[in-house]
Amino acid sequence: MEVFKADVAIVGAGGGGLRAAIAVAEADPTLKIALISKVLPMRSHTVAAEGGAAAVTRPDDSLDHHFNDTVGGGDWLCEQDVVEYFVEHAHEEMVQMEHWGCPWSRKEDGHANVRPFGGMKIERTWFAADKTGFHMLHTLFQTSIKYPSIKRFDEYFCSDLMVEDGRCQGVLAIEIATGEFTLIQAKAVILATGGAGRVFRENTNGGIVTGDGMALAYRHGVPLRDMEFMQYHPTCMPRTGLLFTEACRGEGGLLLNKDGYRYLQDYGLGPAEDKPRNKFMELGPRDRLSQAFWHEQQKGRTIQGPFGSVVNLDLRHLGEAYLRERLPQIYELAEEFMGIDPAHTPVPVVPGVHYTMGGILADGKTASSLPGLYSVGECSSVGIHGANRLGSNSLTELIVFGKVAGVEAAKFAKSVSISNPGAIQKQAEAAQARALGVVNKSNGTERMAVLRNEMAQSMEDGCGIYRLGTTMQATCDKIDELRQRYKNLKLEDKSKVYNTEWLLGIELGYLLEVAQVIVYSAINRKESRGSHQRLDGFEERDDVKYLKHSLAYYTGDGAPRIEYGDVKITKSKPGTRAYGAAGVKADADRHAEGADNG
Amino acid sequence: MADTEKIIEIQVLRYRPEQDKEPVLQSFKVPFTDDMSVLQGLQYIKDFLDGTLSFRWSCRMAICGSCGMMVDGKPKLSCKTFLREYYPQGLRVDALAHLPIERDLMVSVEDFVTKLESIKPYIIPKEPRTLEQGEYLQTPQQRDMYEQFSSCINCMLCYAACPQYGLNPSFTGPGILALMHRYNADSRDGGQAERNELGYADEGYWGCTAVGYCSEVCPKGVDPANAINQNKMASAINYFTRFITPGGAEK
Repeated sequence: MEVFKADVAIVGAGGGGLRAAIAVAEADPTLKIALISKVLPMRSHTVAAEGGAAAVTRPDDSLDHHFNDTVGGGDWLCEQDVVEYFVEHAHEEMVQMEHWGCPWSRKEDGHANVRPFGGMKIERTWFAADKTGFHMLHTLFQTSIKYPSIKRFDEYFCSDLMVEDGRCQGVLAIEIATGEFTLIQAKAVILATGGAGRVFRENTNGGIVTGDGMALAYRHGVPLRDMEFMQYHPTCMPRTGLLFTEACRGEGGLLLNKDGYRYLQDYGLGPAEDKPRNKFMELGPRDRLSQAFWHEQQKGRTIQGPFGSVVNLDLRHLGEAYLRERLPQIYELAEEFMGIDPAHTPVPVVPGVHYTMGGILADGKTASSLPGLYSVGECSSVGIHGANRLGSNSLTELIVFGKVAGVEAAKFAKSVSISNPGAIQKQAEAAQARALGVVNKSNGTERMAVLRNEMAQSMEDGCGIYRLGTTMQATCDKIDELRQRYKNLKLEDKSKVYNTEWLLGIELGYLLEVAQVIVYSAINRKESRGSHQRLDGFEERDDVKYLKHSLAYYTGDGAPRIEYGDVKITKSKPGTRAYGAAGVKADADRHAEGADNG
Repeated sequence: MADTEKIIEIQVLRYRPEQDKEPVLQSFKVPFTDDMSVLQGLQYIKDFLDGTLSFRWSCRMAICGSCGMMVDGKPKLSCKTFLREYYPQGLRVDALAHLPIERDLMVSVEDFVTKLESIKPYIIPKEPRTLEQGEYLQTPQQRDMYEQFSSCINCMLCYAACPQYGLNPSFTGPGILALMHRYNADSRDGGQAERNELGYADEGYWGCTAVGYCSEVCPKGVDPANAINQNKMASAINYFTRFITPGGAEK
């Protein structure tokens, strides 16, 4: 087995991993960085983010506004000290990206432009047309080439973490081209592997979004926090789940039911006005909009399309020229994938799974409970999203906390040395045998696609926009069963060169464990908060019992053990979460009581 | 849109280096609906007919650049090429032309990545600026000068299209030359002179014979031929300027 000795190993080369790598390189150019990614960096799923990245920019905005939007948007399940750090450092990271060449859209005077986004009081979303994630990713990737201390392991698949002496000391990776294993020793490891949206059926996520880092940390005893909170994005393409950015609504797009009626006004988001107004109607938060769709469907007011119920996203009034400038990719998706010209025809949309709010438990500086292990981005739960993420906070999270992770991991790496390389080598050999066990099995009978589809369907049934104890229990049982059946997985491909079936098999193991965490965390949370909404007697938020983070611990073959942890409240006491006119009133009441921090 | 399922024949050029001496065609019958992409057809094969078929994909929405391949001889992103366009006659899928096949529909990306790394694809500031000074000012017009060239998704379809690259892989090639132009044309950048050494070399802009197929196949509306043309002009002016500038010929 090849051995590579790094100071810091980073798994995942999307926005978070690349930003972390650059931060390590800038912190100390003598530190050797291994940047491991199962795809070429520019394929990472950051590429698909569309709408933009939030940072307080305008003179009429304030850090308190961004803080309040985020904490209220997260239904008070955010770590408030971490949110404070986040909003304070967002703008400088946008400027840093600008210096590195990110093609931010501009105002006539040459300054970066900002657009409105859901749940945000003031326009603060920096954007590069509707390909913001794409441009941020390519900018970071291309900039990373400047730094000779970053050694990339492109198309290397991480199959395990090396934990020796009570701390994380490296990773084991498979070179996809050859099937050979490389042990990457490292004094600190950063996981930046993205979310787990592929546990669901209809989702916006790329095929690579399989919860790898979450499952790896979890298996080594690090808890996964708040995993029941899965975000449904309200405007996705029917059947494929491809995303129509929230910027469609930021730019003035409307949501209409079968009668052409702006139905959001019936769900506490109104009144409906001609001009877009921040935190009203279409500019409400994602959880509320997806929930409104569900209610419209129940009332029979959605449109019956070939792939089920839909509502219309109406962009026609914006005109072709404006749409081509601000939403070129959306235009292209509608035209090429659906045969619809959005300047002339409303686009049918449906909610789809989009984002994993929870993740690997991390403190405000991205450190996990396992010394030497850090996490950043969607795989991580650093604490800023709570029970519902606001659109345009996640791209900002990548760069704000990517930098923190890099700086912290560099500091840690300089304070320790690799202990007991012999024991680590032995561990690597055992991990190699386990990974090979997935492919070398000769008597498997379970077809991978069947297990995957059963999982995704069951997760959609049990952990959808609205949840019931009975269906969640059925999903718990199903996922338990699938984990058993997975042991009997049958793979046809026995080769070593680019054996993608083998990697899909390992990924399915990751997915199933993460799915199990999601559903067990969900069934145990007997309240409704943010994206976790129940209809079986727990319809209200219960701050007495559940103003708590759920923490899922690995127990091997069985179900996860669910514990609860405190939520850090600094300056915003939990209050009524309201939008539209009701939101204006709630804000005024809070202000009068002094419950807010404004 | 959804309709009754039809069956389409997909022929795939297979190459498994551990067992095939040379690439072989294999045919699959795939049930499909009109909304299904070629990529979804391949996924069906992998899921239900032959788990050994290998190809790259991820985003499914024409932005990650993974799933380029030849569909009936033309370079395409398989995620936004639809099976219905090939019905009822069927289609043939091969790995991208001009690039070494690693396995099945997967080609080597090494040459492309090495070239990308070689051209200093990052801002070399004209005037360094601290974070405290805020962003560089850049008008929408200045942004327009390079924006389309920054939209390259590195899918390499233009390499599969370029006859010159097919003949001579040392040619830098359309996508990377467009990327070089993207930075040179950025008002924040002052690295043009450093990059021009590569651009003006034989393998650079002048390696292009102006066929223009690269721009035609680009799935993102990037126009590498245009980038190359602009630079040939600049390069020619630069060349002749040497003779009329005092001391220029020694440069």
